[in-house]
Amino acid sequence: MIESIQTVFTQPNLLFLLNGLRTSLVISLCVIILSILLGTLLGLVRNYEKKVFGKLASFYIELFRNTPLLLWMLGCAFLIPGSTILVKGSLALFLYTAAVVAEIVRGGLNAIPKGQFEAAHSQGFSFFQTLLYIILPQTFKKIIPSLLSQVITTIKDTSFLAGLGIMEFTRSGQVILGKVTKTSEVFLIYGFLAVVYFIICFTLSVLVRNWHKKNSGNV
Amino acid sequence: MKSTNPFALWRWEDLFQNFDHFGSGFLRTLQVAILALALSLVIGVIIGILSTAQNVILRSIARVYVEIFQNIPLVIQIFFMYNGLAMAGLVLSEFMIGVIGVGLYHGAYIGEVVRAGILSIPKGQQEAAYSQGFNYTQTMRYVILPQMVKSILPPLTNQAVNLIKNTSVLAIIAGADLMYAADSYASSSLNYGTSYVVAGLLYFILCFPLATFSRKYEEKLKKNDAMVVDIPEVME
Repeated sequence: MIESIQTVFTQPNLLFLLNGLRTSLVISLCVIILSILLGTLLGLVRNYEKKVFGKLASFYIELFRNTPLLLWMLGCAFLIPGSTILVKGSLALFLYTAAVVAEIVRGGLNAIPKGQFEAAHSQGFSFFQTLLYIILPQTFKKIIPSLLSQVITTIKDTSFLAGLGIMEFTRSGQVILGKVTKTSEVFLIYGFLAVVYFIICFTLSVLVRNWHKKNSGNV
Repeated sequence: MKSTNPFALWRWEDLFQNFDHFGSGFLRTLQVAILALALSLVIGVIIGILSTAQNVILRSIARVYVEIFQNIPLVIQIFFMYNGLAMAGLVLSEFMIGVIGVGLYHGAYIGEVVRAGILSIPKGQQEAAYSQGFNYTQTMRYVILPQMVKSILPPLTNQAVNLIKNTSVLAIIAGADLMYAADSYASSSLNYGTSYVVAGLLYFILCFPLATFSRKYEEKLKKNDAMVVDIPEVME
């Protein structure tokens, strides 16, 4: 056992894995930030514009919500010319996550009472001012647990990028797996991957639960 | 000279000549999804009931199960069953890995849905059932579970949609599902565009009716002021 640990967790191997982990986390962070922006826009348009743009936003959301992530990753990888596979794969994850965020935002918007709009209007706020200063801050406060949950899902979803050969955490684990032969070593590597993902996601999920518990009374 | 447009007419012709490829992949995805859904419902109900039990040990078992399966990516779980278990001597077919892997994973999520459903039923119901001489199993079976089915139907249907989409993970281990069929046809014929569009359409046909039902039903419940189970931590 100790021998296996020594063969698996050599310094170069660990550095290699941590490099992959960094790639996963950087991709997750970029994807989350961008998809919150696009998702909010889509959610707002779907909710408040019932004509052409609203229909387009609905179409986008339904399309991405009802087809697998891996399909978009492969599609982006093979159909978009140029750029690197890492960018194309992450683009797919971003487009996909944005649709989920849009639905979360829409759920939050629906929970805001109509009177808020009327009150803001009576105080001379324009439609966009109302959204920016009154509706969105309340919406985001409500949807923080769902968004945090989506952060967890996105971190887990980056592992699909291994299917494209992108050197993120899962893929770098597979590369190390390719170098070992013993069962105990294989289990060690899978164990390591699982534990690292677990620590990251579990910590976030505890945050989600605490937030929800603390705020479920007054939001 | 053939057009090089990724969606050129000849590419569509070629695809429809090879459509049985997609047909069998679609069928495989459907089979895996149905069996995995059945498995995850069974696990979900058990985990849901355990996590509302009085006994601390039973509750902890459910908690540990849910946390482990929810916080490790499905891809890792599937790879482990494919490589890890095989090396330890337990060789499962790709089909079985799909059913068990996806079933165990979504079982954790459905467990959380069921738990929230049980907790949404007022405590008085249970006390009333006990006072009428029902034991714990009977109370669950005849009083609690039937009442919560309606309120958990929307999140449950969303789980089914995600489960169908997640069966595509099988493509990574060459599981002969729809995603794999589309990908292998695409890379052998180089008709990526048409192949992915058709695969997307087939997934959409499966998922869209379910997702729409879930949304409409939830809207209906909300309109009638009925209980809706809303659980942000079960979002997968």
